[in-house]
Amino acid sequence: MSHSISSISAAVRQDFPILHQSIHGKHPLVYLDNAASTQRPTAVLEAMDNCYRRDYSNVHRGIHELSERSTAQYEAARQTLADFVGARDAAEIIFTSGTTAALNLVAHAWSAAVLQPGDEILLTMLEHHSNIVPWQQAAARHGARVVFAPIGHHGSFDLVEWQKCFTPRTRLVSFAAVSNVLGYRLPIEPMVSYAKERGVTVVLDAAQAVPHEPIHFENLGVDFAAFSGHKLLGPTGIGVLYGRRQWLERIPPFLGGGSMISGVTTSGFTPGELPAKFEAGTPPIVEAIGLAAAVRYLSDIGLDQIAEHEKSLARRARERLTQIRGIAFLHREREVASGIVSFHVPGVSAQDIAVLLDCKGIAVRAGHHCTMPLHDFLGVPASVRASFYLYNTAEEVDYFGDRLQETIERLSA
Amino acid sequence: MNKIKFPPTLNELLIEFADLPDWDERYELLIDLGKQLPPIPDEFETDENLVRGCMSNVWLVAEFTDAPARRINVKADSDSLIIKGLIVVLMAIFNGRTPEEIVTTDETKVFGQLGLDRHLSPQRRNGLFAMVKRIKQLAMERIAGALGPKTPDPAS
Repeated sequence: MSHSISSISAAVRQDFPILHQSIHGKHPLVYLDNAASTQRPTAVLEAMDNCYRRDYSNVHRGIHELSERSTAQYEAARQTLADFVGARDAAEIIFTSGTTAALNLVAHAWSAAVLQPGDEILLTMLEHHSNIVPWQQAAARHGARVVFAPIGHHGSFDLVEWQKCFTPRTRLVSFAAVSNVLGYRLPIEPMVSYAKERGVTVVLDAAQAVPHEPIHFENLGVDFAAFSGHKLLGPTGIGVLYGRRQWLERIPPFLGGGSMISGVTTSGFTPGELPAKFEAGTPPIVEAIGLAAAVRYLSDIGLDQIAEHEKSLARRARERLTQIRGIAFLHREREVASGIVSFHVPGVSAQDIAVLLDCKGIAVRAGHHCTMPLHDFLGVPASVRASFYLYNTAEEVDYFGDRLQETIERLSA
Repeated sequence: MNKIKFPPTLNELLIEFADLPDWDERYELLIDLGKQLPPIPDEFETDENLVRGCMSNVWLVAEFTDAPARRINVKADSDSLIIKGLIVVLMAIFNGRTPEEIVTTDETKVFGQLGLDRHLSPQRRNGLFAMVKRIKQLAMERIAGALGPKTPDPAS
């Protein structure tokens, strides 16, 4: 492990108050459940606290001073997010409650505008349930079909197999930029080109990518993308739907209510301009301000550096875990592309492993991680996932490896 | 840790768990108990007997002996050793009990005395809560069946 890499976590750990505690009264917390949700630095907590204490009011409505301040901060947050993910203009950033809500929005509204009976939506076998179920619902509403592109039995993604799933009826593809279980990045660029050449709409589930790598949606050429705040040091209850302006103008609103209209009469309504059209009701104002603070915090450190740090921790973990008898990685290739390491131990319950690691202060995730089709496909009932972020250290990885070895020996004996 | 005789009675479990202030040690005992729980035959691993948890599955078969004794016999299995240990605890609490005794058993209190209460909540999706619910449901059906006219089991 290089010196510069170790120094990131050393420098940032003091910014995260929650990390400095003992679990069960005696073990320092080792938080390795970052792919599920991350922790917040003081900068985010203070940004939200300051808004509530000094500046808070509803946005876009009042003409009073507090409403002006909240509106200015909320819209500045939108611009910060637009710059962060490479949107052409801030109106292409729709604040939602998270990735799930963003994907539901696009699945509902895009399908209402485009989807015809017999059309096909192409997903992949490794998708999170939130990038499956909304499409199944949309397909059921419009008489369309959801197609799952297989992956390799060693867990690797197969671009050619995916391409073979295209038919003249394929209207939309949606896929994870980075798998929340297998941890690798899908070949987004060739996938987007292939779909665009065929006039197929592209939706990117970027929940596991935006927190961990520099990304530019406009340059990638995707039509829509979704991600969550809580996976990138931000608050819960906020996420983003990115959509190209032409699409956001073409598709109908999803939720109806206040703010999203330009006019309402007893006989109907006229949708408002972007982005208001898709933000019915009081939006997550303070959450947006917190999310912008999180984005600034990440940008100050640098996502390139964070990505390298996570990968070096994941590499170290895989090297250590390879020495433990019985461990099988869900993605068997050696190349590490993110801070996610998932494995199972045939004959040993993933839940038992997670429970016993918790006794040692280590937080990992056990189960199917909202990817039941993937687990069924791989023939693995449940797996354990450790996921690293900028505040994790090499020492934590070593502690995790040692405790894991003891745990598996204890459960196998 | 001393080997506890298998299957243990509830009293024996209360004595064993009383000396274990630590979660780590309680899990050690549960794992030890779980390893001794005999697997149920494959034919019982059906969807009907499946109690689904988020992270592990449990198969539960509960039968009452015929009247007049009407004593319950619970058999269960799981892919998790910790859950299997908790099944041993459930068996110690309920096996050999009548439907009337089962519905009046305060299992929350017993789990509290054992120091295992954090496992017994609907929020812990480990299947234990669902197992208790199913056992109590069967006992209530049995009581209702004994009181009223002979009717077919509504669950069948």
